[in-house]
Amino acid sequence: MKLQEFTSSKHNFEECMKCTVCTAYCPVLQANPLYPGPKQAGPDGERLRLKDPYFFNKALKYCLNCKRCEVACPSGVAVADLIQAARIRYDHTPPKLRDRMLASTDFMGSLARPFAPLVNFGTGLGISKTLLDATLKIDHRRSFPKYSGRSFEGWLKRHRKEQAAFPEQVAYYHGCYVNYNYPQLGKDLVKVLNALGIGVQLLEKEKCCGIALITNGMSATAKKHADHNVAQLRQAVMDKGLKVVTTSSTCTLTLRDEYPNLLGVDNADVRESILMATRLICEKLEQGAQLKFKADYHKKIAYHVPCHLERLGWGVFSERLLRGIPGVEFYLLDSACCGISGTYGFKKENYETSQAIGEALFSQIRALSPDVVACDCETCKWQIEMSTGFQVMNPISILAEALE
Amino acid sequence: MKPNEFDVIIIGGGITGAGTQRDCAMRGLRTLLIERSDIATGATGRNHGLLHSGARYAVNDSESAEECIRENMILRRIAAHCIDETDGLFITLPEDDLGYQQTFVDACRKAGISAEIIDPDLARRLEPSVNPSLIGAVKVPDGSVDPFRLCAANMLDAKLRGGQVRLQTEVTGFIKEGDTVVGVHTRSRLTGEEADYYAPVTVNACGIWGQHMAEMAGVKVNMFPAKGALLIFAHRVNNVVINRCRKPSNADILVPGDTVCIIGTTSTRIPFEECDNVAVTPDEVDLLITEGAKLAPSLSETRILRAYAGVRPLVSADDDPSGRNISRGIVCLDHEVRDGLKGFITITGGKLMTYRLMAEIATDLVCKKLGVDKACETAETPLPGSEEKSYEAVAQKIWEAPTTAQKAAASRMGTRAARIRTGNKRDDALICECEEVSVGEINAAIDRLEVSTLTDLRRRTRVGMGTCQGEFCACRAAGLLAKAHGCVERERRDLEDFLQERWKGNFPIGWGDTLREAEYTQWVYKHVLGL
Repeated sequence: MKLQEFTSSKHNFEECMKCTVCTAYCPVLQANPLYPGPKQAGPDGERLRLKDPYFFNKALKYCLNCKRCEVACPSGVAVADLIQAARIRYDHTPPKLRDRMLASTDFMGSLARPFAPLVNFGTGLGISKTLLDATLKIDHRRSFPKYSGRSFEGWLKRHRKEQAAFPEQVAYYHGCYVNYNYPQLGKDLVKVLNALGIGVQLLEKEKCCGIALITNGMSATAKKHADHNVAQLRQAVMDKGLKVVTTSSTCTLTLRDEYPNLLGVDNADVRESILMATRLICEKLEQGAQLKFKADYHKKIAYHVPCHLERLGWGVFSERLLRGIPGVEFYLLDSACCGISGTYGFKKENYETSQAIGEALFSQIRALSPDVVACDCETCKWQIEMSTGFQVMNPISILAEALE
Repeated sequence: MKPNEFDVIIIGGGITGAGTQRDCAMRGLRTLLIERSDIATGATGRNHGLLHSGARYAVNDSESAEECIRENMILRRIAAHCIDETDGLFITLPEDDLGYQQTFVDACRKAGISAEIIDPDLARRLEPSVNPSLIGAVKVPDGSVDPFRLCAANMLDAKLRGGQVRLQTEVTGFIKEGDTVVGVHTRSRLTGEEADYYAPVTVNACGIWGQHMAEMAGVKVNMFPAKGALLIFAHRVNNVVINRCRKPSNADILVPGDTVCIIGTTSTRIPFEECDNVAVTPDEVDLLITEGAKLAPSLSETRILRAYAGVRPLVSADDDPSGRNISRGIVCLDHEVRDGLKGFITITGGKLMTYRLMAEIATDLVCKKLGVDKACETAETPLPGSEEKSYEAVAQKIWEAPTTAQKAAASRMGTRAARIRTGNKRDDALICECEEVSVGEINAAIDRLEVSTLTDLRRRTRVGMGTCQGEFCACRAAGLLAKAHGCVERERRDLEDFLQERWKGNFPIGWGDTLREAEYTQWVYKHVLGL
């Protein structure tokens, strides 16, 4: 008699009406015929997997987890969650060294930061790219994000006193990218929030949100991160009564939704207090707060809503902020996935798919030829910059730049 | 011998008829099977699909229990691809008498059924969907069996051994010479064509309809129709059969079958005239849900796919017209001995579980009448498709890296999955997305398994049995059938009938997601496809 560990599904797959809208919206399916598509991989596959895990299909690894199927679903089925949960449950292939490295963003970041100039020089060399491609199957056409010599955490700690002086306080979950690669975004956020009379503090000790661990088959480690982070968030939200703001859409989605839905980590008491900074700023402006902008600011901005922000339904806040800057010529790009999906596009086997998916977005950007592309996701930024040559800025950085 | 002459004619394409044809064919007889509709349309396809261990009958009917466990072990050997060896639990709930458990276990052991009392906590781990408040559990060798697949495999084996099959063909009368039945008049329900067939022996294997067939031959068999209603849930809530450890009662068996699970059953005497058109009542639905949720509480939140009902072919064991002496056992009537009518045998009663034994008994009698001396081999010879023990082994042998659809095909067809055309876009395209049935698999069924309608195709491939209930697969499969039969108009009518038949099963449980899906299906077919 087999022990039945997996006889129940936590997800609402039976609400699927088979309308197949998710399949029509799936960016992967159009670029990679090996992928069964969200309906097949999600609600349809779940019934077979519940019969016998033998029916699990390894091609589910081609899912980007962009969640566009969930946005499209008229029945509210957690299609992408079903697919990711199935991978967590049934795919026990040990992650490759490459996947471990790509997934361990904070570990790699803390290793690289002290030697940032050397690391940046090294990873930028053609020979290193060729080597990484040949040994680890990280595509040679990709560029690694540059590491910063000084961490954002270090910077904010040095400004702790002046931040504490503001009458209103928020906690900032900055994520790995801001800390190790691009502290300027964090500084920009501090500038904007300070202009609204809000001081910024760190969580006592945040860890990587863990999304890359989840998608690279290391959900056990991801759960440890989640447990740690939720405890940290509780301290800020429950003990100190703070809101927690973020500047990365994927970290936000992970903290709010992937923790309970994929990792089984209960965050109900803190979930509603985790916000994209753009949403908090919009709320402040609605309540009457004012920002003073430069008089001579001019910029043609094309805004790309990252997939995970679209899933949150919060693209509207960034749009409202950017439109509100005097002198901004604003264009909203048609909804399309850029194709990178975090570590997905870095893998050699996914490179072609990744670029094919992104083409719909890239061609819009080329046609518009904006001064800058705005986007709330760092991995979209790398992808768009690499693929189009146009500069990409987080809406928060654009706000900061336009402030007087 | 003329082409319309046979050694034996079997009337009825249920599991008993198909099994009898196979057995007769294996003993070297020239066989003809006649069925007025499709295989497995009566009680064969309208039950739980439970591979009884016999435990359910152990206390009250030790003979049936012993038959069940013997046949259970035989079917595991000969019908591997039709069977899921899930095991079963008999659970005692707080409102049940725990004292019954020992009586039950003793009776099981006496009948040769392994019955092991296990800790309720272990039961909860073996089957997490089980009612957690259980206070006792016994593990028995129950399983599930796909009756359509089993019936088709028997028919196919008979065909491979030279047997002939006429489906959608009605017996309109018997040809007699004096006091001997020598043949049958028939009419095709598809073409209206009439034909006569001759054989020295005719076997009446019509289940509940056997009463009518016997009447037509001029003898009397009293059947006692008892309706049983069941519900199909949209996915497998349990992977182990769950029974109540108490005196057999309503809705106390939950069977996992392929991608779904089935709760049943009820038992209501109905007039014979209603046998052709049994409907599930709201009271029965209520009872099934209420009692079912006691076995597995999550059933109350699980989508229900369909409701259906079957009629048990219960028969008076002797010729007792009062019906007081009803048996669930096998009844084989030699009408020569009983009524002085030569060349006519009725095989009835029994259960899906004991079909092989019924076939053996009937075939022994046929052989005796024909003077053929050949032993029965159906207990040892695997059915076509069942040569491998597991679908994993089947799939691994045929394909290097099987896709989900190929794995699913292996689970449905067994070793015969090797005959599916695959490896190109056209054949690998999915017709049924819920159950992962490919064009290749549909065409393999059309080629070999006597398919004339979409409903026939459903019984052989599970197309349309999934969550969408034909919403997407029906029109695609209709396209393939139209091509195979060369007639679009006939297929258009068939498609309408199929959708109507699907709705018939949705209607009694037409609420929530099932209703949404049905409405959506209607919208697609009526307003988009203009049906």
